[in-house]
Amino acid sequence: MNPSAHYGMIATFDTTPEITRAAGLVREAGFVKWDVYTPFPVHGLDAVMGEKRSRLGGLSLAGGVLGMLTGIALVAFMNLNYPLIVGGKPIFGIIFPFPIFYELTILLAAFGAFFGMFFLNRLPRHHHPVFEYEGFGASSDDKFMIVVEASDPMYDELRTKVFLESIGGHDVTLIPAGKMAEDGGAK
Amino acid sequence: MIEKAQPVDLPRRPLVENQRDYHWITEKVCGIVEGKTPVWWWVFFGLSGMVATFALVGLVYLVSTGVGVWGLANPVNWGWAIVNFVFWIGIGHAGTLISAILCLLKQRWRTSINRTAEAMTVFAVVCAGIFPLFHVGRVWFAWWLFPLPNSNAIWPNFRSPLEWDVFAVSTYFTVSTLFWYMGMIPDLGTLRDRATVVWKKYFYGVLAMGWRNSVRHWKNYEMAYLLLAGLSTPLVLSVHTIVSFDFAASLLPGWHTTIFPPYFVAGAIFSGFGMVLTLILPIRAVFKLHDLITQYHIDCMCKITLATGSMVGYAYAMEFFIAWYGANSFEAFAFINRAGGQYWWAYWIMITCNVITPQLFWFKAVRRNTALVWVMSIFVNVGMWFERFVITVTSLANDFLPSSWGYYSPTVVDIFTFAGTFGLFGFLFLLFLRFLPLIAVAEIKALACPQADPHNEDHPLNRKSNPTHRSE
Repeated sequence: MNPSAHYGMIATFDTTPEITRAAGLVREAGFVKWDVYTPFPVHGLDAVMGEKRSRLGGLSLAGGVLGMLTGIALVAFMNLNYPLIVGGKPIFGIIFPFPIFYELTILLAAFGAFFGMFFLNRLPRHHHPVFEYEGFGASSDDKFMIVVEASDPMYDELRTKVFLESIGGHDVTLIPAGKMAEDGGAK
Repeated sequence: MIEKAQPVDLPRRPLVENQRDYHWITEKVCGIVEGKTPVWWWVFFGLSGMVATFALVGLVYLVSTGVGVWGLANPVNWGWAIVNFVFWIGIGHAGTLISAILCLLKQRWRTSINRTAEAMTVFAVVCAGIFPLFHVGRVWFAWWLFPLPNSNAIWPNFRSPLEWDVFAVSTYFTVSTLFWYMGMIPDLGTLRDRATVVWKKYFYGVLAMGWRNSVRHWKNYEMAYLLLAGLSTPLVLSVHTIVSFDFAASLLPGWHTTIFPPYFVAGAIFSGFGMVLTLILPIRAVFKLHDLITQYHIDCMCKITLATGSMVGYAYAMEFFIAWYGANSFEAFAFINRAGGQYWWAYWIMITCNVITPQLFWFKAVRRNTALVWVMSIFVNVGMWFERFVITVTSLANDFLPSSWGYYSPTVVDIFTFAGTFGLFGFLFLLFLRFLPLIAVAEIKALACPQADPHNEDHPLNRKSNPTHRSE
């Protein structure tokens, strides 16, 4: 067996109850470098896989705080840089420019959520070894797939294949390492 | 007795009819994009492109001649430009309501219509933005609206609601576009995976950002979706609130009222649902999406139109009450003048379309008559345009001094420019229908299909023996 010759092994499942059960079994079996591919977010599947809550909230919050501070700094600087009383309102306050603070808070919090999602997912990444599997397209249609990476310490070409079939997977196939072998696979 | 009582088995209305499987949904929605371009599409595309040139010509004429080519003249210096701006931006609000507020309220039926509604939002805001941009007069100085250093060495006036508008509307456009695009990424991935032609592989591939449906990605994606929904909700409420401040922060009778923010937001959602119905019903018929956009969806949309329409009707009544109760003779005159003054016809068109029309949605027979619903949705659009016209023009035309009263009429340039924005909207919307997935495929599979529930092992589509399992 030459582990660097291929990226891992992929098994296909047909329904959400099956994939959820199978994902639980893969985790129990002790695999660590594996992933599940589903055409839509399956409720509770990330918990079954032992995934922790997404850390995106923190990035969005940071964006929001930064947005609020940007708004305050913007208005404060511009009104002190060229003081001009309009409508008898003070040079700086928190009432009259509040809409500016508010909108910038939302804008940068949204940037935090949007770009943070890409950052946490390490996207865009247009080439990934899983795309080398020719049947992979079905995972964005109606099939659910489990990939066990060859770099997993428990990985064994024969035993992993038997295992994936025993938990209900079909079309168990090796994924060639492809052009991106030096990349080290998924995170 | 209590022990004997059994809970009634109330069947939930299916959100996807005829028990369609995942593959059917993919085929149905992607098939619209992948199939041959229909003849009607070319006809409407050409037509809307032609109409869009009206706006182009109108604006070129305006810029080369001056704002005088519009019907604005003392005392009415806010005319159709502001009316059209508020009209279009209001339409956008239903899209955000559907994508954000209904998401937070866990209204699963929204999945069938949210993509289309969000596209409508983005394109409506594009149309809206044109008007204030050109209304500034010297459009080449429009960048002074943004806090950038300029040769006058002064900064924007942050005390003005118009400057708040700049921030509110540009934030709204940006966040709506991000939300719309992010929701589309998994579906663009599906289109990429199914693409047979090279340019499509690249086009959808680049747009899909290498999305590969990993559960670890879905986790962050769903969180991002929830966060954007949570951020868009206060955003959408703030946008029309700030638009209403453009009026409410002035001192003019009929404008200077505290009811404006909630009244404008309700009106915006009302008009937006009118436009959603106007767009969705023909799409449903043309693409035969009856299994995905069911009668239940139409019922829900009609009911929201009814609810918001009633709020708008209440606001109209409350304005009159306060005008009387406030004992301010100028305020009282402003409202008597609205209903019986020189613009009485606009007022009564508004009342007929906005207060009376939606009340018909109480009746099931009306909601089930798709053609009638469509016609009524047009009435809602017309009524809401007239609402903005009535608010803007009546207060300005007859203000404090009778000697300075006037009568405002749009010019042909006003009319063609406004008509042109419908062409632009249609042009963009048709491009969307042709090239992007018009229904959120991944979302509808996850939320509207009962077989997607991992605990629903007994669902016929989840049984192993089921022949509908597609074999590779």
